[in-house]
Amino acid sequence: MKVKVDERGYYGNFGGAYIPEMLYPNVEELRDNYERIMQAEDFQEEFQSLLKDFVGRPTPLYFAKRLSQKYGAKVYLKREDLCHTGAHKVNNTIGQILMAQRLGKKKIIAETGAGQHGVATATVCALMGVECIVYMGAVDMERQKPNVERMRILGAEVRAAESGSKTLKDATNEAMRHWINNPTDTHYIIGSVVGPHPYPEMVARFQSVISEEIRKQLLSHEGTEKPDYVVACVGGGSNAAGAFYHYYDDEDVQLVAVEAAGLGNDSGESAATTVLGKPGVLHGSKTLLMQTADGQVVEPYSISAGLDYPGIGPVHAHLFETGRAQFYSATDEEAMQAGIELSRLEGIIPAIETAHALAALNQMTFKAEDVVVLNLSGRGDKDLETYIKWGKY
Amino acid sequence: MTKRDMNRIEELFNRKSQRVLNVYFTAGYPTLNDTVGIMESLEATGADLIEIGIPFSDPIADGPTIQESNGIALDNGMTLKLLLEQLEGVRHKFGLPIILMGYINPIVQYGIEAFCQKCQEVGVDGLILPDLPMFEYLEVYKPLFEKHGLLNIFLITPQTSESRIREIDQNSNGFIYMVSSASTTGAKTGISQDQEAYFSRIKEMNLKNPTLIGFGISNKETFDKACENANGAIIGSAFIKAISQEGVIANNINEFIQSIKG
Ligand SMILES: Cc1ncc(COP(=O)(O)O)c(C=O)c1O
Repeated sequence: MKVKVDERGYYGNFGGAYIPEMLYPNVEELRDNYERIMQAEDFQEEFQSLLKDFVGRPTPLYFAKRLSQKYGAKVYLKREDLCHTGAHKVNNTIGQILMAQRLGKKKIIAETGAGQHGVATATVCALMGVECIVYMGAVDMERQKPNVERMRILGAEVRAAESGSKTLKDATNEAMRHWINNPTDTHYIIGSVVGPHPYPEMVARFQSVISEEIRKQLLSHEGTEKPDYVVACVGGGSNAAGAFYHYYDDEDVQLVAVEAAGLGNDSGESAATTVLGKPGVLHGSKTLLMQTADGQVVEPYSISAGLDYPGIGPVHAHLFETGRAQFYSATDEEAMQAGIELSRLEGIIPAIETAHALAALNQMTFKAEDVVVLNLSGRGDKDLETYIKWGKY
Repeated sequence: MTKRDMNRIEELFNRKSQRVLNVYFTAGYPTLNDTVGIMESLEATGADLIEIGIPFSDPIADGPTIQESNGIALDNGMTLKLLLEQLEGVRHKFGLPIILMGYINPIVQYGIEAFCQKCQEVGVDGLILPDLPMFEYLEVYKPLFEKHGLLNIFLITPQTSESRIREIDQNSNGFIYMVSSASTTGAKTGISQDQEAYFSRIKEMNLKNPTLIGFGISNKETFDKACENANGAIIGSAFIKAISQEGVIANNINEFIQSIKG
């Protein structure tokens, strides 16, 4: 199946650029230039060299022996947790800071949920000596304190989003408002495959290095580039899009996306968009969206700040609608247990976002020869307080 | 409803080309059933057209004042369905053009066709849908709007390119909403030299549509300035603040509109 964005920014029925006129010139400038800039030789050289020497790529594809025994399949972990700053998010921020420079932008804004994207943005801004403002929901600032301080140490200003549910959706609203008010010298580094076209595609392309590497690495481990399953968690969906990207056309590779079910999908406290959402428009794209019958966006809930978002990237809405990817969801409790399990079996404490992907292994059935690649999107350092509070270890 | 030959917005601009006063308020604010009362007070005090905001949970083009009014309206229980019900029969007692302004998602959920039909039934004349892209409008929405006698009003900003302004002018009717500065609603007050340069640039383009200036128009001084540069102005956040004050709402409206019109 071809999963390609069309000229107007649609993946099938989802995507587009639903933005107020105030944002049009900025988004148009990006749309008209991103492809050319990304493909330029000097861009690719700088991007690749930073991914290698600054981020530490390629990240290992690690055969998780004890986890494999537990689930009765060959489970490989793509170690994005070993990226500098501790998650895949930095692949995108490196790409976008280089993009911003080539567009002549002097200032950077970003939104963040778990703080990983904020840290990754603050990091590349420090690297390039660029002013950086990160919007973060007031609730998220509370539950991800270490990341707030990391951003500050890196020289970024962290602004609390006090509107709405005070989480990722509201931080995104505030970042968009900031961009409206600063239309010429500022680039908005969106942290996932969301937002108006061309953001979802651009971010996916920067993250696609994940599946590019998986193919090569799996070939040397297994003699084939293609696993039976690729599993990843979905907040907005950038780590999943990166892990899926070079497999879209390989129909024999099953793509598995895992959403956060919070306290359970029937509890009213969940963030599982494909279960609870309907088509709608938020933050510049048409996608699946958790909303009331009146079209008001519903506040999601997840223990994981990075998955606590009422929508998903339009490409994932398309993968869901067409059945190209299978969607699972994991509750807080299931994710926390899976996080502890990985810690005990493999000596890796995962981010709680990632722990949701791990929890899905329990819901799937495997044959012994199945090869499963799970995208280990981030490490759990930022989540220690949440692990401690949960306490069952 | 009897069929009209001409849309009320077009009628207005045929009759009046200077100092047109358009007032924005959020449906269901300050209390759920204030909508029609506010409309009547605005007509009585001499507003020329009104723009009713459909509240939305995530109004990204709006500053704090309108955000807050949206939040309160939603807490009060306002919905698009309820707003359209409140407007049923309003044409028996209300003569000004009515514009509904809203983000696209609640309208998508209501159903585009059903929405347009209901708008026509209750006597809505125009729509401002800030996050509706031009090509979506042209392909999906335009035929429906036309069928139901609704004008679509586009925004332009100081950053909008000349070629796009031409395109917008070509595809607009009613008037063009000139956003006064690069900002969310209510963010800036006063009118700077840069803005005046932008206003004259637009004037010199001789657009086919009338223009109204909005965002940051808050008092007589800014209203007058806007009217020197366009056919009139739109007041939103400042009006919301005025009706948020203590006291009888009709009196607050009267006082505020008088202070603007001078
Ligand atoms: C480690 C980690 N994984 C996943 C996510 C979710 O984002 P996405 O769905 O864009 O990969 C986040 C977001 O903060 C994260 O920090």
